[in-house]
Amino acid sequence: MIFHRLKVGFHRLGSPPTFHKLCRVLSPWLWAGFLVCAAIGLYQALYVVPPDYQQGDSYRILFIHVPAAWQAMAGYVIMSILAVIALVWRIRTVEIMTMAAAPVGAAFTALCLATGSLWGKPMWGTWWAWDARLTSMLVLLFIYLGIMGLYAAFEDRRKGARVACILVLVGLVNIPLIHFSVEWWTTLHQGATIRLLGESRMHPSMMSPLIWMTVGVKLMFGAALLDRARNDLIDQDRRKNWIRQLIGEGATGDNA
Amino acid sequence: MLSPMKALLRRDLRLAVRHGGESLMPLIFLFAVIILVPLGVGPGPNLLASIAPGMIWVAALLASLLALEQLFRPDLEDGTLEQWWVGAGSPAALVVTRLFSHWLITGVPVIVFAPLAAEMLYLPDSALPTLMLSLLIGTPVLSLVGGLASALTLGTNRGSVLLSILVFPMVVPVLIFATGGVAAAAEGLSASAHMGLLTALLILAVTLVPLATTAALRLNIE
Repeated sequence: MIFHRLKVGFHRLGSPPTFHKLCRVLSPWLWAGFLVCAAIGLYQALYVVPPDYQQGDSYRILFIHVPAAWQAMAGYVIMSILAVIALVWRIRTVEIMTMAAAPVGAAFTALCLATGSLWGKPMWGTWWAWDARLTSMLVLLFIYLGIMGLYAAFEDRRKGARVACILVLVGLVNIPLIHFSVEWWTTLHQGATIRLLGESRMHPSMMSPLIWMTVGVKLMFGAALLDRARNDLIDQDRRKNWIRQLIGEGATGDNA
Repeated sequence: MLSPMKALLRRDLRLAVRHGGESLMPLIFLFAVIILVPLGVGPGPNLLASIAPGMIWVAALLASLLALEQLFRPDLEDGTLEQWWVGAGSPAALVVTRLFSHWLITGVPVIVFAPLAAEMLYLPDSALPTLMLSLLIGTPVLSLVGGLASALTLGTNRGSVLLSILVFPMVVPVLIFATGGVAAAAEGLSASAHMGLLTALLILAVTLVPLATTAALRLNIE
């Protein structure tokens, strides 16, 4: 019985008004969660954790850099899963969500590159190096931009979304390349310090703010994704009846 | 199964021969870039020799972009593309044929004239076989990836700029391994690791790109 109700609920999400309602209800909670997590995380990162014995205070940028980098890649994986659902089941709201994920992912990729660059100047002595990790991250940014550009270039938004979904799946090849780039090529960027399995090579005191920031960034990704999807949906359906009813019967009366 | 592919290949090659000047454009463009390099960075043989692999590869990449805009568009406009789906052959096989003819027309001349370009930029003779090999393995990937980008942008009306933006991130690995191999060969090291990775990219592209290209074309004729 519960499974059946879940299934019906999932199918209802394909309907624009239901999807719109869900976005509107969920997004403030996600934003609130992000603010709480980020407040705790940033407080710990800036005041509680001691300075690094070599880098002093400048290492603290990692609490933004690392969650942003993770989210840039996780966002791409989420976008790819959405793209498969959109292409296979042709659900319009999922197509819109896939396209909404691209600008948010691009923003996190840009944030990751910018913070890395700011840290690199005092630490590596250069803003940029043509290292495997950095280059593959830059390529990820351009893949995100290509997806956004392709979606925007179509007059028929649905067709644009579907074509861009194919590009999303093609670009997925880059994700393992980014992830393993620090292990396959020994260049400037350090290897993975934090492991899900086994012991991390990071001081335990730094873990807590990093976890708070990571959770916060994930919530923010979700909130921004839902907000963007909702706006895109409203924009596409602005002449449809359910939007008019949403605005209120009075507006409908004026137009009629 | 084979006859539609053969017919398409014959038609594409015949068109390329009859529009001789147009088909040579990518090659002329390649040499225009190669000639500009010494004028831009200075004619010192040492400098030119060290940047030669990269410059030849970048020029080959840019040259392969030229014909992409017209790869599927004329067929879309006169309705031939729809016939690929209603006709006897499998659409994916026809897509592969079209990409293969694109490679024959734009890729093969680049490989044939690569020694001349290499000589113009003072590439050491020892690196020339690796350069030719890297072009032989790498230019089909350029055609495949370019064909995919061309299919993706087919339904838009400002395709050409977008097309190059889509191609660029996808060909970065090709450029890295190809030029890395040629540079290794120029220093007397083995290029087999680079060439192996380049071949892996080719296999990946040959297996996946035709499927994605066919799907993208299908969406665009709907």
